[in-house]
Amino acid sequence: MKADPRGVLTGTHFLDGDHACCEGALAAGARFAAGYPITPSTEVVERFAARVPVVGGTFIQMEDELAASITLQGAVWGGAKAFTVTSGPGFSLMMEHIGYAAMTETPCVFVDVQRGGPSTGLPTLPAQADMMQARWGSHGDYEIIALCPNSPQECFDLTVAAFNFAEEFRVPVMLMMDEVVGHMTEKVVIPLSDAIEVVPRRHTRKAADEYLPYSTNGDGVPEIAHAGEGYHFHVTGLTHDERGYPNMTPQTQDKLIRRLQSKIHDAADRITLLEEDGLEGADVIVVSYGITSRVAQRAIELARESGLRVGKLRLITCWPFPEKRIRELAATAKAFVVPELNLGQMVREVERATAGKAKTIAIPHAGGSVHRPQDILKAIVEASR
Amino acid sequence: MSTLNISNPVEPFLRTDRMPHIWCPGCGIGTTVNCFARALIESKIDLQSVALVSGIGCTGRVAGYVKLDSFHTTHGRAIPFATGLKLASPKLNVVVYSGDGDLSAIGGNHLIHAARRNIDLKVICVNNLIYAMTGGQTAPTTPGHAITSTSPYGTYEPAFNLPHLVEAAGAVYVARWTTFHVKQLARSIGEAFQKKGFSFIEVISPCPTLYQRRNRLGDGLDTMKYYKKKSKVRHGAPTSEVGLTMTGEIIVGKFVDRDRPDYQSLLHAQMVESLGERYVEPSENLCNCS
Repeated sequence: MKADPRGVLTGTHFLDGDHACCEGALAAGARFAAGYPITPSTEVVERFAARVPVVGGTFIQMEDELAASITLQGAVWGGAKAFTVTSGPGFSLMMEHIGYAAMTETPCVFVDVQRGGPSTGLPTLPAQADMMQARWGSHGDYEIIALCPNSPQECFDLTVAAFNFAEEFRVPVMLMMDEVVGHMTEKVVIPLSDAIEVVPRRHTRKAADEYLPYSTNGDGVPEIAHAGEGYHFHVTGLTHDERGYPNMTPQTQDKLIRRLQSKIHDAADRITLLEEDGLEGADVIVVSYGITSRVAQRAIELARESGLRVGKLRLITCWPFPEKRIRELAATAKAFVVPELNLGQMVREVERATAGKAKTIAIPHAGGSVHRPQDILKAIVEASR
Repeated sequence: MSTLNISNPVEPFLRTDRMPHIWCPGCGIGTTVNCFARALIESKIDLQSVALVSGIGCTGRVAGYVKLDSFHTTHGRAIPFATGLKLASPKLNVVVYSGDGDLSAIGGNHLIHAARRNIDLKVICVNNLIYAMTGGQTAPTTPGHAITSTSPYGTYEPAFNLPHLVEAAGAVYVARWTTFHVKQLARSIGEAFQKKGFSFIEVISPCPTLYQRRNRLGDGLDTMKYYKKKSKVRHGAPTSEVGLTMTGEIIVGKFVDRDRPDYQSLLHAQMVESLGERYVEPSENLCNCS
């Protein structure tokens, strides 16, 4: 279906990534946000608090991130599309509720505007060091989807995509921004509402006596009902059967946890968003995401000017990791160069996917600034030899 | 021969396909659920409008046994979950049903902030003075000198006086009963459904398996006798005077019944004042469903 025009600020704007993310959420139909202030993410909810009363919705500032990350889920079961926004320290506090959302299949969006860590780290400076936490931070086995914008425009576009994936797969979706993308101001074009595709909630059409909250129709994603509609359903973070009832057997655990994984795995091709350029015949492929991809772009251009065959693979979807594409490319490329604002996170995934068929070269950076293009260029040159 | 067909009047409120429940013989939680169901019957409330949210622990399992839209959330977070549910769907009567450890220790921050905001929630706190599900550890409500698995030589931390805490934080309705006071408890729950704002009902309840046994306080029946003998009904008692001890008097009654605007009324008034006609009421059907 198309976006509700009331939430869409159609036009050409000059926005920073945080504000663009807020507009993406409104365009996607989010009418509820719960947040707790934290640099460098707060501008998202500041804008939401100003905008949502004239659109028809609610913002509540909670007492901490533990509260914010579960308040939004209460709102989802009350019928809202909802999200929260944070940065590293708050993201750490939200981990339990990312697990709760995964287990209860609560469609929702968590935005993490990454800053340097660990702990309080660098509140006002960038990093990309929460990438593994986004995937593995909550206990137990589960799958999430994570998207990584590299511009304010993408902060808008991918926030819409994040809500759409959340609804389609009933999964928490992480929007992994970083401080630079969040605070840089660029042109953002917000299309007409008719041009914005919005995935509606998978609400059941079944009568209350026929409805099984966690049974699926083949694609692994159950239909939802909201509180107050007469379904009298039960939702629990305990291992549960198709009725939603707790069931403490290895068989029920196996069936449930495998389904939570397979509903994402099986659709990985559809979820995987990549930007590719010059991969055909490339000797070296630069794999990057977020703000680092903007720096890598310069290094790639410099390398090409000196005659090197360099390809660009930008991860827009970071989780599920696009291992199939990396595996294909590893058959022809000599090496992958992976710059990121951490001391080696996604590079491990690249290395795993190449299965030793190509060299993998990390370009680590502890955060606080972005790479220098020369550092990436140097690695490309060395890898090309 | 005719078949005797007797059913319990609260059965329609229960997920009977989930019985038997997990609670121990002599536990008071089932009694509180019975009172809750009777309050629903007596108040003639539309069951479709009632949602129940629990945290983790023995009382946290209530959500799994009631035939309502029911949410068994994470430890301590029933109140913030319920806050989101209520704000997104204001027509709901949202009940938070959880234990003393869940609500006042790990969830203590949310308890006081929800009371401060005066979110329209009905909180039923079953206080068995201990962490029961995990084996009887000291809780913020454990009275002085009581033996627990983590205070083997006796508890020395001062305990929370929960009615005093929530009154200070802003609750509009505060009552306390024991599981001996079934009629009074059901009536209080009914009254809470009539209040708009943050209501808090504490129910003192036995844990014969872990609290009473370890402290040589007898079984469930002995505890009922204790509640009967030592409870004093004092409506309107200053909450500063209702703290609990291990074997002393238990002051019960309705301590607080006052009115102040709830969160959603305040939000509405502020938005209308600041935005006038530009303010758009959050719509009941928020999401675009397929």
